[in-house]
Amino acid sequence: MTTQTAGIKAKHQRLVLVVIALVALIGAALLAIWGLRSQASYFYVPSDIVAARPDPDRGVRLGGMVEKGSLKTEPDGVTIAFVVHDGKARVPVRFKGIVPSLFVEGSGVVAEGKLAANGTFIADNLLAKHDEKYVPREMKEMTEAQAKQVVAETQ
Amino acid sequence: MIAEFGLAALWLAAALAGLQLLAGALGLTRGGAALGAIVRPVAIVQGLLALIAFVALIVLFCQTDLSVKLVAMNSHSAKPLIYKFAGTWGNHEGSMLLWVTVMGLAGSFVALVERRLPEPTMLATLAGQAFVSLGFYAFLLLSSNPFERMPQVPTEGQGLNPLLQDMGLAFHPPTLYVGYVGLSIAFSFAIGALITREVGPAFARAMRPWVLGAWIFLTLGITAGSYWAYYELGWGGWWFWDPVENASLMPWLAATALLHSVSVLAARNALRAWTIMLGVVAFSMSMVGTFLVRSGILTSVHAFAVDPERGSFILVLLAIYIGGALTLFAVRAGSVSEGERFAPVSREGALVFNNVMLSAVLGIVLFGTLYPLVAEAMGAKVSVGPPYFNPMSALFVVPMLLVMAVGPLLRWRRDGFARVRAILVIPALLVVLAAIGVAAWGGIGVLPFIGLTLAGGLAVASLLPLRGRSLRRTPLATWGMVVAHLGVAVALFGMASESAFSVEKLVAARVGDTTAVGPWQITLKRVRPVAGPNWTALEADLDASYDGGKATAVHPQARFFWSPPQPTSESALLTRWNGQLYAVLGEEADDGRWQLRLWWKPFVTMIWFGGLMIGLGGLLALLGRVASDLKRYVARGKIAYRRERQGR
Repeated sequence: MTTQTAGIKAKHQRLVLVVIALVALIGAALLAIWGLRSQASYFYVPSDIVAARPDPDRGVRLGGMVEKGSLKTEPDGVTIAFVVHDGKARVPVRFKGIVPSLFVEGSGVVAEGKLAANGTFIADNLLAKHDEKYVPREMKEMTEAQAKQVVAETQ
Repeated sequence: MIAEFGLAALWLAAALAGLQLLAGALGLTRGGAALGAIVRPVAIVQGLLALIAFVALIVLFCQTDLSVKLVAMNSHSAKPLIYKFAGTWGNHEGSMLLWVTVMGLAGSFVALVERRLPEPTMLATLAGQAFVSLGFYAFLLLSSNPFERMPQVPTEGQGLNPLLQDMGLAFHPPTLYVGYVGLSIAFSFAIGALITREVGPAFARAMRPWVLGAWIFLTLGITAGSYWAYYELGWGGWWFWDPVENASLMPWLAATALLHSVSVLAARNALRAWTIMLGVVAFSMSMVGTFLVRSGILTSVHAFAVDPERGSFILVLLAIYIGGALTLFAVRAGSVSEGERFAPVSREGALVFNNVMLSAVLGIVLFGTLYPLVAEAMGAKVSVGPPYFNPMSALFVVPMLLVMAVGPLLRWRRDGFARVRAILVIPALLVVLAAIGVAAWGGIGVLPFIGLTLAGGLAVASLLPLRGRSLRRTPLATWGMVVAHLGVAVALFGMASESAFSVEKLVAARVGDTTAVGPWQITLKRVRPVAGPNWTALEADLDASYDGGKATAVHPQARFFWSPPQPTSESALLTRWNGQLYAVLGEEADDGRWQLRLWWKPFVTMIWFGGLMIGLGGLLALLGRVASDLKRYVARGKIAYRRERQGR
């Protein structure tokens, strides 16, 4: 080899490459951990939200039952307001958009969005039960634990 | 009868996989060389038997044989034939049978045509392939038997999830599976090479077409899946960072890195251990994806049924294969000798950079996908979405794209930026101009800004490797690279344009009302009931006119399937060269108004055209490599023939 690389032994080059790759990957891992801490959205039920309000800038998920008689469509025809409860606490929710096909009063819902300063949850997206085989995970557990209680209260 | 036949074929295939593993392993020992001779034929028959079992299941589905549990649970006599057929893999057991079938056939194919590898490496490779297959046969036969009979034959089946009743089901899963499982070949090659310690350019040249083939299918499968989700789910998005999408993206990222490192190994005999490592990682990511999707720890359209027993089964398989392969790597990697050296500024250097960046993105996606599972185990429920994935992956993708523009222009081994500086003036100028133009437009987010700025420059830079060449003499493989890199630029432009310029309108419209969305005027003419073979629907008649031009009819539907009873929304798309109009029909309000959700998405189709171009680039490269290999093979045959005639 007549070039500069002749000065570096193959073993050293391998070592250098391994070190560079490791540094980049560890950097990516640290970045991922930092990103996850600041960007992951947590799942709340209404009583959690009442107990400790999430930061208004932070995206969260709110899961609960849609209270019977609370669902109203606003005059623009596309914004809806309803109340999500878990038997202990209630949170008003506003959503602008086409609701999932299986979204009805008295059934479970998971809303993605942010809690506004006035205590209303502004949802960007609603996840409702899709079919027997497709249930948002949080909701499935919630209905198991709380459905009976909720049914007893609403009847 | 057909069901028992299929089951028998499956058991026989599993037994042959066992034989293949045994014969391959013994064939490597000194005394068992004779046994090695049966490995190839056994591999071929094993793949054919798996195919027979799969065809048997297809026949059962097409006949709607309700005495078979899987058919009764997932099909319905009134379903159109194409969905009966495609429904074969629209469920857990069927899709796993597809998985082992592809795996068996891939092994057969290698056994049939691969002649370049030294025989011991070949034996180790086929034994490795059989070892992996064996686990999945066991999984299928012991915990997910697709041919199980019903104790009592029901009068009607339960039907297929309506979201899956779409032409997409016929193409997306098989394509993706060929890609996923095709990577098992790269995995087995890597294992084979580690066992026999034969890592070098010849090995890389043998491995490359298999990696390319799997990668092409993976690329097309992801592209098709993205478009399917876009029009079927009615949310107007084309990528959701859903764990199941990530499960397909991770093997693709690893395979893309592997594709580039295997080229370095083939051309320059460098990156030896790293290439082997990527071969192991790529298929490991396929298996992790399968675990995430099939174990039921995730819930999505893709997770058909939740059964914890299956989850632990797959987890054990994962531990055996990934853990085993990594252990083998750790033990043997040290004895894989160092490859050739190269300077940091060189083609190799650029490809190493690409590999490291792709691996970093892979890490980001893997962390984000697994984090909710880990958090849940510790008692916190979280979900991770675009606010994490978009900026985090962009941090590594953007530098990678910049190097992608320069890398192909650099020489192997050693080069200087000074040489390529002059050529890069045009793309650099384009980037600057685009930046000024996009900044003048204003109101565009950071990521779309970067995307729009880079796309044009990247497109030009990706064509530069062709300059000064006779286009007719340029090797197909070079064309492949150019087309694939151009595809990346096109897809990037589509993504950036979609997120920067999309216009969305959500209205409650009376019949006769006109709504403006971007350059479109949309009039609601009427809403009427329509019926299909297993659904009824409300269909909106919309007249859409672009920029005051002639009106075109669009018909979004709200469908109600009656088996299983479930409503779905069928969006309507109107495609122009410069974008797509996307219309969804919502509910009827009390006062007779209809909810309509309308989008104008400029150049959104470029995303999938770009994806197709990337796949096409792979195909060109594959054809080029195979053609030149064949030429060499034929030439070698001629020389051998001549020597024979000369009596040597």
